[in-house]
Amino acid sequence: MKLVIGIVRPEKANDVLEALYRAEVRGISMSRVQGHGGELDRVETYRGTTVKMGLSEKVRFEIAVSDSFVQPTIDALCEGAQTGQVGDGKIFVVPLEQAVRIRTGETDSGAVTPVGK
Amino acid sequence: MNVLPVAKVVAEVDTGDTAWMLAATALVLLMTPALGLFYAGLVRSKNTLNTFMMCVAAIAIAMVTWALVGYSLAFDGDGSLIGGLGNFAMQGIDFTPREGTTIPHLVFFAFQATFCIITTALVSGAVVERMRFGAFLVFAALWSVLVYAVLAHWAFGGGWLIAGGTLDFAGGVPVEMGSGFSALAAALVVGARKDYGRQALLPHNAVYVLLGAGLLWFGWFGFNGGSGFSTGDASVLAFTNTLLTPACALITWFVLDLIRGRKVTAIGAATAIIVGCVLITPAGGFISPGWAMALGFLGALPCYAVIVWRPRTRVDETLDVLAAHGIAGFTGILFIGFVAQIGWNGVSDGLFYGNADQLWDQALAALAAPAYAFGMTYVLLRIIGAVMPLRASEHDEAVGMDVAYHGEEAYASGEGAILVAPDADGEALVADPG
Repeated sequence: MKLVIGIVRPEKANDVLEALYRAEVRGISMSRVQGHGGELDRVETYRGTTVKMGLSEKVRFEIAVSDSFVQPTIDALCEGAQTGQVGDGKIFVVPLEQAVRIRTGETDSGAVTPVGK
Repeated sequence: MNVLPVAKVVAEVDTGDTAWMLAATALVLLMTPALGLFYAGLVRSKNTLNTFMMCVAAIAIAMVTWALVGYSLAFDGDGSLIGGLGNFAMQGIDFTPREGTTIPHLVFFAFQATFCIITTALVSGAVVERMRFGAFLVFAALWSVLVYAVLAHWAFGGGWLIAGGTLDFAGGVPVEMGSGFSALAAALVVGARKDYGRQALLPHNAVYVLLGAGLLWFGWFGFNGGSGFSTGDASVLAFTNTLLTPACALITWFVLDLIRGRKVTAIGAATAIIVGCVLITPAGGFISPGWAMALGFLGALPCYAVIVWRPRTRVDETLDVLAAHGIAGFTGILFIGFVAQIGWNGVSDGLFYGNADQLWDQALAALAAPAYAFGMTYVLLRIIGAVMPLRASEHDEAVGMDVAYHGEEAYASGEGAILVAPDADGEALVADPG
């Protein structure tokens, strides 16, 4: 059981959702984050003030999956989020100690398996 | 040669009329930033500024083209298809009253300029979120002359429609059908947004949309109320009708929303205000207040139908300029042909009052204006498209037009932003004391 964290471009978030859906990964959460991963700084000008936007908008997916779903999830994130330009994001896979589905009290693999499977 | 000076009979400038027309001009100008707000609320947040800027750019571009050549082509002489170049670069436009009015020619020019500006801005609604800003500027410059000025000449400036008896009070032909059917052509040539029909593309701020609609309605009192060029009966009638028709259109929209989705929507209400104002635009000074109310109730129906139908097609006419302006203008123009009353307008009766010819004149305008606007815009954009790309790159479209074309964001957080010192180069000149 792993937690897959994918940080992707916001404009690719919908493509990632589609790819995850096709990979039958259904339980996800996403949030908007700001980050920096070595991409070129974007320069913006507001009246006389010129600023380098050091942090870019990103979308962070968190997906808890059973072991057999780790690779399909990673593949889906890559497929949906890749543009080939610097700034496409990162995927982190971390071990997950425990998972509980609050409604039923199911734990671990039962808790990360979507309802109806 | 010794020619005796001939006393020219010139109408006097009326101070009351002029005062109202100065105010009305300012009211109509306000409609363009109001439209910017209305449109900006309807797009996704990453395109807010670009959408608004298309309207701001229309003020700049259309004002200049209007002063140079547009006004002259629209209002100089009574050629059947196009005016002359007698007022090229504002020649001959001064303090003396324009023929047939009691206001200085300069005021008449300025009032008509604001119409050209708002109409040019309206067309942008069809192509927001993907058209290159530079290409839009070129399009706006050419469109304001080749489409708007020509239609304005037909309907207002002595061209074949007005000469043939078509009644168009404040611009059903050039403004509403002109923008609406041009928008359809522009959407077809520029093409749909990348995500259109694949993902939900939702309005990002409904409050902007409502506020924009409210400000547009406010400005529309100058638009319709000023189109009599005086404080006379026609202006007063159009002014009050501008209150009645949108209110009735709102009620129809509420009912249709309730039937369709069991809820009254806010963005629907904002749309209904626009539709109501457009419906009464051509008819304002020609129909009775009672018929103006009927126009609001009935005229909203075809517009609603087109707004529901259009997103089911592959045509990404993004902000529904066709439905809200083209169809509403078409309906308003035809409605005059049925219910115009000489007792109210002093000009002509419609079919219901025994004058079937008027309906024919109106139908002619309702066919000719859409055909010209659609055809000319289609050809114009094809030509511009052959010279320069019309569309933003896929990357720019994905990132958003604000950052891509303006280097700004509507909702910049400032977090992680590093100030680039204005004298960054100067720092190197500071001597190291060590």
